[in-house]
Amino acid sequence: MLRAKPTAGAKRPRGLLRHAILLLGVVVSLFPFYWMIVMATNTTSAIYRYPPTLTIGSELATNIAHVFEKIPFFAAMGNTIVVAVSTTVLVLFFDSLAAFTFAKFEFPGRRVLFGVLIAMFMLPAQLSLIPQFLIMVKFGWAGELQALIVPAAANAFGIFWMRQYITGAVPDELLDAARLDGCGFFRQYWHVALPVIRPGLAFLGIYTFIMAWNDYVWPLIVLVDPDRLTLQVALSQLNRSYGQDYSMIMAGALLAVLPLVIMFALFARGFIADAVKGAVRG
Amino acid sequence: MDPDVSVSRAPGSRRIRSYWPQYLAISPFFVIFAVFGLFPVLFSLYLAFHRWDGLGEMQFVGLDQFRYVLEDGTFWLSMRNTFIIWFISTIPMLSIALVIAAMLNSTKRFSAFYRVAYFVPNITSLVAVAIFFGAVFSTNFGLINAFLQAVGLPTGRWLTDPLGMKIAVATVMTWQWTGYNAIIYLAGMQTIPSDVYEAAKIDGAGPVQTFFRITIPMLRPIILFTVIVSTVSGLQSFTEPQVLFGTNTTLNPNTGGPGQGALTMVLYFYHQAFDNRDFGYGAAIAWVVFAVIALFAAINWRLVQRREK
Repeated sequence: MLRAKPTAGAKRPRGLLRHAILLLGVVVSLFPFYWMIVMATNTTSAIYRYPPTLTIGSELATNIAHVFEKIPFFAAMGNTIVVAVSTTVLVLFFDSLAAFTFAKFEFPGRRVLFGVLIAMFMLPAQLSLIPQFLIMVKFGWAGELQALIVPAAANAFGIFWMRQYITGAVPDELLDAARLDGCGFFRQYWHVALPVIRPGLAFLGIYTFIMAWNDYVWPLIVLVDPDRLTLQVALSQLNRSYGQDYSMIMAGALLAVLPLVIMFALFARGFIADAVKGAVRG
Repeated sequence: MDPDVSVSRAPGSRRIRSYWPQYLAISPFFVIFAVFGLFPVLFSLYLAFHRWDGLGEMQFVGLDQFRYVLEDGTFWLSMRNTFIIWFISTIPMLSIALVIAAMLNSTKRFSAFYRVAYFVPNITSLVAVAIFFGAVFSTNFGLINAFLQAVGLPTGRWLTDPLGMKIAVATVMTWQWTGYNAIIYLAGMQTIPSDVYEAAKIDGAGPVQTFFRITIPMLRPIILFTVIVSTVSGLQSFTEPQVLFGTNTTLNPNTGGPGQGALTMVLYFYHQAFDNRDFGYGAAIAWVVFAVIALFAAINWRLVQRREK
């Protein structure tokens, strides 16, 4: 600030120190992205000499071409997009519909059912992994993408979060008016609630998409067909098989990370505020 | 007011039937939960009392599988590893997050930029991050050793030394979760009324005193939340050690890197269940891990709660 108040003079060193420390934290946070780009744009031998190359190079295209040679990259990315998009669409619909019901309607068993839903948070994933895998084998879904999509199509977190949101965002008067006009339950959801809760859906949609995109444990277990993998599993395999070719692997990692980081940067502000709400309230 | 409360109370099943749209609306979650949540958990308890490779006959073995887990030196090693990794990641993670949050809380400038920058690690693919840190910690000419060499310090064999491996895994976790926790703490700090701080200032408290005497005590519920979340998720760490040290089973019958120094509990579970196809034993390990985590979370809960008084 140029026109500092007289008293601010004594405070300024402290303010500067504060920003210096915060900026150091930012560097630690963001440096991996820079270093990933450095590694992905140089040859492996350029990075792994002493002293290492610290600037962005010109080998990106070569490294990416190597990635495409070693793994079916576009197929894996296609699978990831199919899974992430379908999961997100299903979650948005099922979770918001259930959340709308729990938030705005009284029906026998409502409290018990919502209690069951909350209890779901407590179940650790690894308890159900083996039987889930066996179920998928039985269904003939092991190795198929629906093994990733169907179990994730509705979840307790989303319903819980949306219920909180809808309780505040959808005025009861609006629903009452719609009912007087003869709107049934589903038309109230579709025509009254949905248009109002779009900001909430935006958060849940981005959150679900990120989780689906980055998911690793379950795809690793259930995608038994080596020709049908998601990006994360393919990336991990690339790392396992060609661990020494760091430049190529970093090019692959960069391709897997970049779409999400760009999406996040576009939506970040509202998203972070919404993500924190759940935690602080809980 | 709930719109449907006014509906007259019809008796019995006709009344229930009149709510069919509501039940239909919530049914997708409960159907999915029943098939892919509740049934698997119950079935894994059943499995834990059996020996089964997924193909042949299931054989009832009573509590044997649990006994094997408790007598299994490798399981104990994995538990030890998990707790060490948890400790050396969570303590710095939450302490640094508190400091960052306090600093963010007392500045308005660039706050949107700071938030995004600190949150980005949390949405970044864990597989990519683990691979990245593997390259950075690499013994031969990884960035960290290059730096240590440049400033004249001894280099470390981060990916082969038992403690170095744990530090590498813990670094991944710390990098990914510090900013997230800082943003959570910041949200909590912003709910502390400003007159509390003003009163402290009048009493002559400096920033450090204010931080320890006011901010931390008033944040207690949120600190409790983050401690429980990091306990539950930290003790289930899998992807980081699996990507960095989960070796191909055909080449190496064990997993978790040299000397199994980075074998965590859930990685060991995965290895027994899905590499060795020992489903009964895997299920028993999963339940023991669940018990360990629940117990430790409860202990942490008590510890953080008690300090409140």
